[in-house]
Amino acid sequence: MPQIGVFDVVGPIMVGPSSSHTAGAVRLGLAARKILGEPVKSAEIGLHGSFAATYWGHRTDVAILAGLLGMAMDDPRIPAAEELADKAGLTYGFQTVDLGDVHPNSVQMRVKGERSSAEVIGASTGGGRILITSIDQFPVAIEGTYTVLLAKYQDQPGVVAEVTRILADFGINIAFMNVSRKMRGSTALLVAETDDPIAREVLEQVQSLQKGITARVLPSF
Amino acid sequence: MEITCAAQLLELCESEGKSIPQVVAEYEAFRSMTNPAAVRERMGEILQVMREAVQGGIADQGEYAHLVKGYGQKVFQAKAAGQLLGGTLLNDVILYALSVAQYNAGLGRIVACPTAGSCGVVPGAVLPISEELGCSDEDVINALLVMAGVGIVSAAQGPISGAEGGCQAECGVASAMAAGAVAYLAGGSNEQVFDAASLALQSMLGLVCDPLASLVEVPCVTRNASAAVNAITAANMALAGIPAVIPYDEVVVAMKGIGKALPESLRETSIGGLAGTPTGKRIYRELKARHQLEQ
Repeated sequence: MPQIGVFDVVGPIMVGPSSSHTAGAVRLGLAARKILGEPVKSAEIGLHGSFAATYWGHRTDVAILAGLLGMAMDDPRIPAAEELADKAGLTYGFQTVDLGDVHPNSVQMRVKGERSSAEVIGASTGGGRILITSIDQFPVAIEGTYTVLLAKYQDQPGVVAEVTRILADFGINIAFMNVSRKMRGSTALLVAETDDPIAREVLEQVQSLQKGITARVLPSF
Repeated sequence: MEITCAAQLLELCESEGKSIPQVVAEYEAFRSMTNPAAVRERMGEILQVMREAVQGGIADQGEYAHLVKGYGQKVFQAKAAGQLLGGTLLNDVILYALSVAQYNAGLGRIVACPTAGSCGVVPGAVLPISEELGCSDEDVINALLVMAGVGIVSAAQGPISGAEGGCQAECGVASAMAAGAVAYLAGGSNEQVFDAASLALQSMLGLVCDPLASLVEVPCVTRNASAAVNAITAANMALAGIPAVIPYDEVVVAMKGIGKALPESLRETSIGGLAGTPTGKRIYRELKARHQLEQ
């Protein structure tokens, strides 16, 4: 039986009305913002299933937008997200999509910043919990409860070993790790969830491993 | 260290010679690798957010809610004008619970307890009683730890979502959590805490989750007030020595079974119950049409 904690039944502290359709939606937007690694300038958001059917009642759209602006699920500015997006120069569009056989509270977020872009798919799984299931078409499983190291690189022998060595050198324990690629020698994605925070100097070492590697750290949120 | 059911939590208090809040704080410190003082500090923050949500809800004019607008205001003014029955305490319980639940519907900042839909019940019952008794913040934090203890044993043995168990699993469990906290604040024994929780949930068994138009508004907001008053009723019965007869753990298991027996139309799908009434369906159509017009 899983151990239920005090703050599983008392919390989260959140802006209403719904932990799954509002609070979880904020966290999904925030996840996309963190994965992009820079302020979001434009966003195309596809709402699936129950999100598509009931978003207007629970302000799921406003909540996702708030997350894309970098707000946490207890930020009192969430209701004003549309206005704040306009001020921040964030252009956005919402539509309903069918993502197939996925969790009913799923969203697809295509986000662009000044330097980069990302496509993030995730689900709000209840009580404010989320699961990011895809980044740039790579399957992942990120809940945002651990520090995450994301590294996108050219598939070749030794990169994974080097990344884990760097983490080990700094005494960072890996809780979960996943590596995937489209085909041999193509772009690969490494996702490592760690028990310990990852400092800038650690990230810089990872970034110097290979020409063209992009790596970023997502602190837990 | 584990907390799996009420009987085991009570046994742990007995064998270690500790109070429920002590054991719950130590348990949380153990499982989240921190210390009891940090757990209490976090609970203090929760208390602060609950208090702010009461004030926020009373002031909220309903800018964002679809159906529930100014309920807190109405009770506040009617109470001040002496139009309400039952004295200050009863009406503060109604006022606080309504205000927090309405604040949630209106995009206000609340503490899900155990859920966002039932967030008004615990502050509605606990805060007015703590004010009436002149409790210190430390006392209230202890009561909130007792409340969390009731919540943990509930979640360990049954559902705490309307989609799984109906409203009995949300406002019902919240009412049990609140009853336990209130019985504790009034000086009840550990057994009376769980008798209060048991009596509270017994009176909420079978309650379905049938909100209009998939919103967390009607009947959720007013049900929060009823569940808060139910908590005080249950705590008073337990404090008077009325036995729960059925132990809390068995009531939770019964609640789970009832939840499974409920058809899906009565579990947060907005199909049956009040959502399926002619008025419920009309309101849904109107809201949807208004939304489409805005697009």
